[in-house]
Amino acid sequence: MIETMVHIAILLILPPFLLSVINKTKAWFGGRLGPPLLQPYFDLIKLMRKGFVVSRTTTWVFLACPVVVFTTVFLAGLMIPMGQSQSPISFQGDLIVFAYLFGLARFFMTVAALDTGSPFEGMGASREVTFASLTEPALFFILLVLAKISSSLTLTDMLLVSQQRYSAEVMAPLALAAIGLFIVLLAENCRIPIDDPNTHLELTMIHEAMVLDHSGPLFGVILYASTLKLFVISTVLLQVIMPFHTHLPWIDWPLFVLEIMGVSAAIGIVESTMARLQMRHTPYLLIAVTLFCGFGFLLLVR
Amino acid sequence: MSFRIILFAIVLMAISGLPGVCFARSAIRWSRIAAAAMATGAILGLFAALPFLLAEQHSQIDIPWPVAGDVVLSIDALSAFFLIPVFLMGGLGSIYGIGYWSEERHPENSGKLQFFWGLLTAGMAVLVISKHAMAFLLGWETMALAAYFLVTTEDNRDECRRAAWIYLIATHAGTLSLFAMFALWRCVTGSFLIQPVSMAVIDHGVFNTLFFLLVIGFGLKAGIMPLHFWLPGAHANAPSHVSAVLSGVVLKMGIYGLVRFLSLFPVPPVTWGFTISVLGAVSALLGVLFAISQHDLKRLLAYHSIENIGIILMGLGLAMLGRSAGRPELVVLGISGCLLHVWNHSLFKSLLFLCTGSVVHRTHTQDIDRLGGLAKIMPWTTGAFLIGSVAICGLPPLNGFISELLIYIGLLRSGITEAGSGSLAIIGVPVLALTGALAVACFVKVYGSVFLGLPRTDGASDIQESPFTMRAPMVILAGCCLIIGLFPVCVIPILNRAAACWIAAPDTVVPNLATAAPLGMVSIVSVALVCIVGCATIVLKRLSTSVPSVDTWDCGYARPDARMQYTASSFAQIIVTIFGWALRPQIHDPQLEGTFPRKTKMHSHVDDPVLDSVLLPISKRIERLFNWFHCFHQGLTQHYVLYILIAMFLMLSTLLPIDDFFMRLFVR
Repeated sequence: MIETMVHIAILLILPPFLLSVINKTKAWFGGRLGPPLLQPYFDLIKLMRKGFVVSRTTTWVFLACPVVVFTTVFLAGLMIPMGQSQSPISFQGDLIVFAYLFGLARFFMTVAALDTGSPFEGMGASREVTFASLTEPALFFILLVLAKISSSLTLTDMLLVSQQRYSAEVMAPLALAAIGLFIVLLAENCRIPIDDPNTHLELTMIHEAMVLDHSGPLFGVILYASTLKLFVISTVLLQVIMPFHTHLPWIDWPLFVLEIMGVSAAIGIVESTMARLQMRHTPYLLIAVTLFCGFGFLLLVR
Repeated sequence: MSFRIILFAIVLMAISGLPGVCFARSAIRWSRIAAAAMATGAILGLFAALPFLLAEQHSQIDIPWPVAGDVVLSIDALSAFFLIPVFLMGGLGSIYGIGYWSEERHPENSGKLQFFWGLLTAGMAVLVISKHAMAFLLGWETMALAAYFLVTTEDNRDECRRAAWIYLIATHAGTLSLFAMFALWRCVTGSFLIQPVSMAVIDHGVFNTLFFLLVIGFGLKAGIMPLHFWLPGAHANAPSHVSAVLSGVVLKMGIYGLVRFLSLFPVPPVTWGFTISVLGAVSALLGVLFAISQHDLKRLLAYHSIENIGIILMGLGLAMLGRSAGRPELVVLGISGCLLHVWNHSLFKSLLFLCTGSVVHRTHTQDIDRLGGLAKIMPWTTGAFLIGSVAICGLPPLNGFISELLIYIGLLRSGITEAGSGSLAIIGVPVLALTGALAVACFVKVYGSVFLGLPRTDGASDIQESPFTMRAPMVILAGCCLIIGLFPVCVIPILNRAAACWIAAPDTVVPNLATAAPLGMVSIVSVALVCIVGCATIVLKRLSTSVPSVDTWDCGYARPDARMQYTASSFAQIIVTIFGWALRPQIHDPQLEGTFPRKTKMHSHVDDPVLDSVLLPISKRIERLFNWFHCFHQGLTQHYVLYILIAMFLMLSTLLPIDDFFMRLFVR
């Protein structure tokens, strides 16, 4: 029970902090001081207290979008284990539900973008569904690798660290899957080599272009949900590569928090050292990742 | 008792349209009565078929028919399972037809449509309950021909006649293959009865031939990828409720044939299951890719049927691989996923076609790029289409997800625990994932550009929501999608019984689906999702009534216009380019000349890979090859009389005792 409470509390409170870790890392690379550590929280609070305007063109789908996105990502977050603890919701085949909840979020996000009738948002939506359909097989290859290693169909079993994870024949596929997952993480969360969250040109954006018309609390919920998504997929990555754990909960939880900061710092390093790919080159990267993960799976079945 | 009710319902449906054709003067009244008869028949049939699904029941009637021996009609769980969509869509489509293709607006062909609609439904019902080749083929041909006449409803249009011809050729090629199959069946089993055969007594080659003929015959009807060429044209040119029943139910008769006949072989070879799985994967992937690239709403939905048939076949292939490998849990998951997807697809695809019909009925166009902004004018249609879209993408709170989940779990189970022949199926998982993601892209495109945004053409102001007779069937279908999606536990007993019927071997223990798949937990997650989203959206809707509404943010452009919206073609363009190697898009760029070029336009289209690139060129070539034959065939009566004379002479000459003549010649 306490584990579940801690799980939900971390899931709800921590995500915006990852954003500030990324921003701090980027600032440090740029030789700047960077925004204060709690800036994303301030932004969210500010947005929540504002009013909002709605375009005349939109229907209820536009209003439902932030709710659907937040709820699905939150439910997906309840299905993954953090550190060594069980996840609150766990059943046979929950990996499929996990992946398809993101699909539902994407459906509503893109449909809401088209709801406004704005050409920029249509562009963003088109890119989002295209790139997501290229990352989907990669994600499933990664899940296959994990399922095959753990011989189980529940995310908790697949992601909890066990001894057999360190046998030699499993290491190579796992490493390939981890690299693949890192790129999937960047693609799904619209981070730098695929999309630039800080650009100011609507024509070149993906995620930010889709939410041009959301304002106030609606926009706040969407921003919050996207940090939540970043957190959830980072957690999956962390569970795959997690090096350290004790079996003492009061050490494992802080350790988990520290490690997830490490993952965000890694994202920050990638963002500071790399330029963004040209839009027409992005599919090559994503297809390469799919092949990469597929190769990892082949190594496992032989 | 319930069997007799079903037979009565079938007869009632078959004759429901007859008076309307005979008494053309009072056709309006008779068309109402026909719809009422169809609805009554459907309700009777549905209630009579339910006991076979819910309880262990099996009944059989022998009808003496001197030509073929006794014709056996029988209902078991599998037949009853396929009867449900037949009756449901037969009834709902007929009610929808009152508003969509009314006698008042189409006096020239609505009587014909109603007559063949009843025959189509009755033919499919007979097909499903027959256990004898004769009755089966009788139902099959009734269905095929009635469907042909339904597709030709608008036979004043050129492309409609062309599509109907292609359909007729395809369906008869399939029937030919079935004739061959039944002849071989009679040869090896000694009877025309459709009953289990033992593998031991017959040669392997014969069995493989049977399988090949089965796949060709039923695959042509079901629309498996290389055999799908008749499907998009026929679906796009028929009236929408006919497309709904074609896509939702008639295609499933091909699946029924495959499922039924493959259940009769005890342990199929691994190659069979593998072939079915590969065909399924190819159909699923190429079906959705070709769907994305279409501009015509109904053609798009038709290609999506191919995708869903592919998913159904992946389930069936998994079940067969499980049977070859002796792993009952795979069999149960595979066949349950396959069967449930049959139901689900017939629900949501019919729903989508009916919604499309409602759009076409009011706007008179099915070109996606010319539609837009219908959500405010047609809220019921929009809501129903949204439910259908989420369901067909296989996304969580709706029914498409449940069947895909069963297939996914089966595919994953096949590979993660043990090696062996069954584990090959696991490669299907990423294929299914890619298909699902592309389906999302496709339906975001359709829903977004048809219903959301602003109208792209003028004349949207006089559009209104469809009449009640068209809305009611859509609401019922959407409700069914929701119920199966939110409470999948209800269908577990039905699926268990149908799966047990498919496995058919009495000594195997059939694992319960409830233990093999976590449908209870999925149900909890889905209900939670729907409750939270529903409540929060209602609250937001309340709040948003008081907020100022403005124009869409246009990034500073001064005069935004509805034509600036992203079109469906642009939306799909990146995917079409990435998969250009498979789709081969044809782009006709305009020639621009001079400083002030004249007004011009470009257009692009994606042709069907089989029909337009293979079959039509080949048939053109064959036609050219036989050009010389024309000199015998010039329309002069005298020539034909001469031909008859020659033919008679040749036939009579066989009566001459030629052998005798030669013998005498040589003996002497």
